[in-house]
Amino acid sequence: MIITFDWLKDHLKTNLKEKNLLEQLTNIGLEVESVKSLSGDNELFKVAEIIKTEKHPNADRLKVCDVNIGENEIKKVVCGAENAKEGLLTIYAPPGAIIPKTKTKLVVAKIRGVTSYGMLCSESELNLSDESDGITELSKEFRKNIGKSYFSKSKSNLIDLSITPNRPDCLGVRGIARDLAASGFGKLVDLGEKKIHSKNRHTLKVKINKERGQGCTAFGSCLITNVKNSESPKWLKDKLISIGQKPISAIVDITNYVMLDINRPLHAYDADKIEKGIIVRNSKSGEEFTALDNKNYKLESGMCVISDKKGVLGLGGIIGGTRSGTEFNTKNILLESAYFEPGSIRNTAKKLNLDTDAKFRFERGIDPLSIEDGLNKAAKLIKEICGGEISKIDIQKIETYKTKKIKFDPNIFEKISGFKISLKEMVKILVDLGFEVKKDKERLELTVPSWRPDISQGVDIVEELVRISGYEKIKFIEPIKQRKKSTLNKYQKLFHFLQRSVASKGYLEAITWSFTDKHYNDYFRDIKKEIKIINPISSELGVLRNSIFSNLILYINKNLDRGFKDLSIFEIGPIFNGSNPGEQNTVVCGLSAGKKSRLSWIEKDRNVDVFDVKRDVVQTLVEAGYNSEKFFIDNETPNYYHPGKSGRLFLNNKKNQIAAYFGEIHPNILKQIDIKTESLVGFEIFMENLELPKKTLKDLKLKFSFSDYQKSERDFAFIVNKEVKAQDLIDTISNVDESLIKDIKVFDVYEGDNIPENQKSIAISVTIQSSERTLNENDLEKINNLIIKTVEDKTGAKIRS
Amino acid sequence: MSDLKKIKDEFLSKLSGKLDISEINKIKSDLFGKSGLISTQFKKIGTIAESERKKFASDLNIIKDELQDLINSKTNELESAEINEKLEKEKIDITLPERSFVRGKIHPVSQTIDEISSIFSEIGFSVEEGPDVENEYNNFTALNTPENHPARDMHDTFYLDKKKQKLLRTHTSPVQIRTMLKDQPPFKIIAPGRTYRSDSDQTHSPMFHQVEGLHIDKNINMGHLKGCLNYFIKEFFEVDKIKMRFRPSHFPFTEPSAEVDIGYEMKDGKIIIGEGNQWLEILGCGMVHPNVLKNVKVDPSKFQGYAFGIGIDRLAMLKYGINDLRAFFDCDYRWLNHFGFDPLDVPTNYRGLSR
Repeated sequence: MIITFDWLKDHLKTNLKEKNLLEQLTNIGLEVESVKSLSGDNELFKVAEIIKTEKHPNADRLKVCDVNIGENEIKKVVCGAENAKEGLLTIYAPPGAIIPKTKTKLVVAKIRGVTSYGMLCSESELNLSDESDGITELSKEFRKNIGKSYFSKSKSNLIDLSITPNRPDCLGVRGIARDLAASGFGKLVDLGEKKIHSKNRHTLKVKINKERGQGCTAFGSCLITNVKNSESPKWLKDKLISIGQKPISAIVDITNYVMLDINRPLHAYDADKIEKGIIVRNSKSGEEFTALDNKNYKLESGMCVISDKKGVLGLGGIIGGTRSGTEFNTKNILLESAYFEPGSIRNTAKKLNLDTDAKFRFERGIDPLSIEDGLNKAAKLIKEICGGEISKIDIQKIETYKTKKIKFDPNIFEKISGFKISLKEMVKILVDLGFEVKKDKERLELTVPSWRPDISQGVDIVEELVRISGYEKIKFIEPIKQRKKSTLNKYQKLFHFLQRSVASKGYLEAITWSFTDKHYNDYFRDIKKEIKIINPISSELGVLRNSIFSNLILYINKNLDRGFKDLSIFEIGPIFNGSNPGEQNTVVCGLSAGKKSRLSWIEKDRNVDVFDVKRDVVQTLVEAGYNSEKFFIDNETPNYYHPGKSGRLFLNNKKNQIAAYFGEIHPNILKQIDIKTESLVGFEIFMENLELPKKTLKDLKLKFSFSDYQKSERDFAFIVNKEVKAQDLIDTISNVDESLIKDIKVFDVYEGDNIPENQKSIAISVTIQSSERTLNENDLEKINNLIIKTVEDKTGAKIRS
Repeated sequence: MSDLKKIKDEFLSKLSGKLDISEINKIKSDLFGKSGLISTQFKKIGTIAESERKKFASDLNIIKDELQDLINSKTNELESAEINEKLEKEKIDITLPERSFVRGKIHPVSQTIDEISSIFSEIGFSVEEGPDVENEYNNFTALNTPENHPARDMHDTFYLDKKKQKLLRTHTSPVQIRTMLKDQPPFKIIAPGRTYRSDSDQTHSPMFHQVEGLHIDKNINMGHLKGCLNYFIKEFFEVDKIKMRFRPSHFPFTEPSAEVDIGYEMKDGKIIIGEGNQWLEILGCGMVHPNVLKNVKVDPSKFQGYAFGIGIDRLAMLKYGINDLRAFFDCDYRWLNHFGFDPLDVPTNYRGLSR
């Protein structure tokens, strides 16, 4: 909502300055979004006429225009607008003028070799409207103004207010003035509008069809006959220009002015173009009409239309049609002032993707009792400016507005706001805002003003009182430093732990979007269901991610393109398994590309490999409190991992839930994405599948036992079939005697010379220690033999001699 | 001259020369070996006449100690000379680079969430979470945003079905609803998390982060709200004083509602929080609307309180001088390295939020 201080003064008597006004508006909840100067040196912008255009010699799209600005000298201006043509009246800005929109100062400049003296302006450059297609086109009435300043000399700034959707009443200047007056900023001016006293009959029949979902509940109108539509008088034009609107014709300007002034949208029809009266009804599917925006709309059924015998004239409360629009030669007018249901307006506008000033107001709720005021004010102005005769007002209704009453307990004010104001003060504020107030013992009996659809209960009244008294009156109550419940639960603690644990292993934490590109998602979807977003921001962000890899691989690739070679990133966040709330899992997903170490004076070159990520996963889980001795690992992994170089990890051999996957990313995916790196390995840890540690640190630390007896290390080399897993040997050995075997390490795996085909040698070092005594040679020999025998029996291995 | 004196003189003179370690070892065994000269003398003690025995033994011990000390000191001397010589050869160019290392980092949003949690932890809030995919009821209707209300325009929502029943939550407020439906009052929670709106430009990203706050108890009023937020902002920006402005606003789920601005000024292109005459909007808040409480079966005549929603990304931008919101999710290695935090920098109450 754009206002000026000058306009506000039509409704508000105040001695305060604009600076105070801006502060006060924000203080009472009418936030000042911006203050723009329409003008600055606005006299510089002149009405001008293009008298000749020529093609620019060096640019196809540019024209060189000869412009008459009312001086002897004709100005040469280079212009790129398509609508720049001979005879066009427009607005000229000379060198030195500051363009309101861009705040840039014009200078004489050569444009592709041709010197341009100044500029022809579009409406958007002048902050007149959002219209940026072409330069401003002025009506021929402006011809007599050539050389004069387009803007009046108003020094008033454009104040752009962000009006919250609950305050339709403040979409008119008067509503804003009322709020300011209530807050002590001035006095609301009594306009003393008089009613129309007419004896002329209203001869046009209006009917509101009583049907289901009828969006119009009241339709007020009057006829004004024998008018002479013209250009608006200067005061009215200045008023509209002052807030950045373009004057059109007196009748249209008056309806706009009344809407902006008292928030009462109106519509003027050329009465002679209406066939036999008005019918307000639901549209039929397929009906069409051309609206005032010159677009053709095809309607669905059930939209509220204003129609005549011939068909649709306009969409009630949204936009009128060209068939019955007023023009300069219009003689007889039907002026409409109606009430349309917000929900109906909203549905229709949404379906047709239409947004107009009237729609914006009706969908928020117009004062149902303003029908007559609007007709009175506008009809009188039309008579004043365009002459003619006003008929009696006719109001058709299918519903009557019921005043809202609230019984308000003044004590709840302090209970909610935390501060006190006197009852007298409360009453004053409410009366100033337009409430009728009766005292009823302990309570206030309030009648809510008809322009406040947002108020229906006590807390709404509290809000009004706090707002107008000033939020600065609210006290600061210091919070108490006391904790009754732990801040994080076990799951959240684990989340934090895993996050920082992975980061500490050299991974940069990334946060990527929860949605992703369908193609990337497909690479990592495996057997999961694709979850589409119905209205994505772009097709590349069209599905919820089934895996974090899809995003990480995309970004790894971007970083590789930036010239980085060795990259490790991770993300901890949601992946989605379905489109219902809760069908999501938290995953810690890491991806490493390139080399673990590059050749240097001290290090050898080595690609990052599956055992790097295996270490990261295992170490992270161990740090988080899980016992790696119980981990069970096999090689069944989703199809996006290298089938031979990836693993699946369970916290124990019950294999209930998959704790993690790790491995090389499938080479096919690398090929398809065209990712160029020496190696790409990744992991996923599934948080919901990690049983929360049962023991707290406190419990874990209680028991401490160790053995001081001598340790012995014994090395074994077994020849086994290729398929035998190292883990099988380790498990077998550790089961031989859990009390004596303290540690098992694989120190060599070898295939090739001296080893039969399809077999391999695995060399293992076993640490043996008793917690009761020092073992002698005999004991060691015994356990040695037992290890060899058990491994040979259980795995088919042969000890290598 | 007695044997002892002779041994002593002879070996003192031997030891005074320049010797290497094997020569010293030879002397040592000549003297103290099994049949060394000194050892032999000790064996003689028993054969010596009673009257001289004591003196002999005493002299012998003195000589033994003297020679032994000398040998020890000679050995030490040689050994340290040897080490010194070795060290001389072992000098390396210490300016050569160390073995390579990599540093992981925590994303500034995660760090900020931890900072926020740490601050609210101190005044008794606990952390709650909710799903990213929400139903229409929790995201809008339960929060007093009826169908066809223009307030829904404020949230350009991503939907997952044509009936618009399932959506990506547009704010963290549905966690209020979930929390209150699940438990009994009082409630004192914060809920950080991802939020989504179909909006994308310099200052808007289709995904961003919010933290919701909710405190419901018997007598929680707007003064508590103001005090809590003032405390939070001061702690978060690690300043002693903060300029804060509450101004009326409108949200369907709170009434009265407020937006909160903090004072700032620009110094050398950087935002300085807490000073100056400029205002910066940082959060929305208000008293939880009685309709919301009714929707979650909390009696508004008995319980009341406040809620707030803060943009986490925006807070991080302000605190750490990050200009572009989109960069948060762009995963640029250089950016993550620059704005990321060391994983050991865990924000806590006792060591402070940052170094």
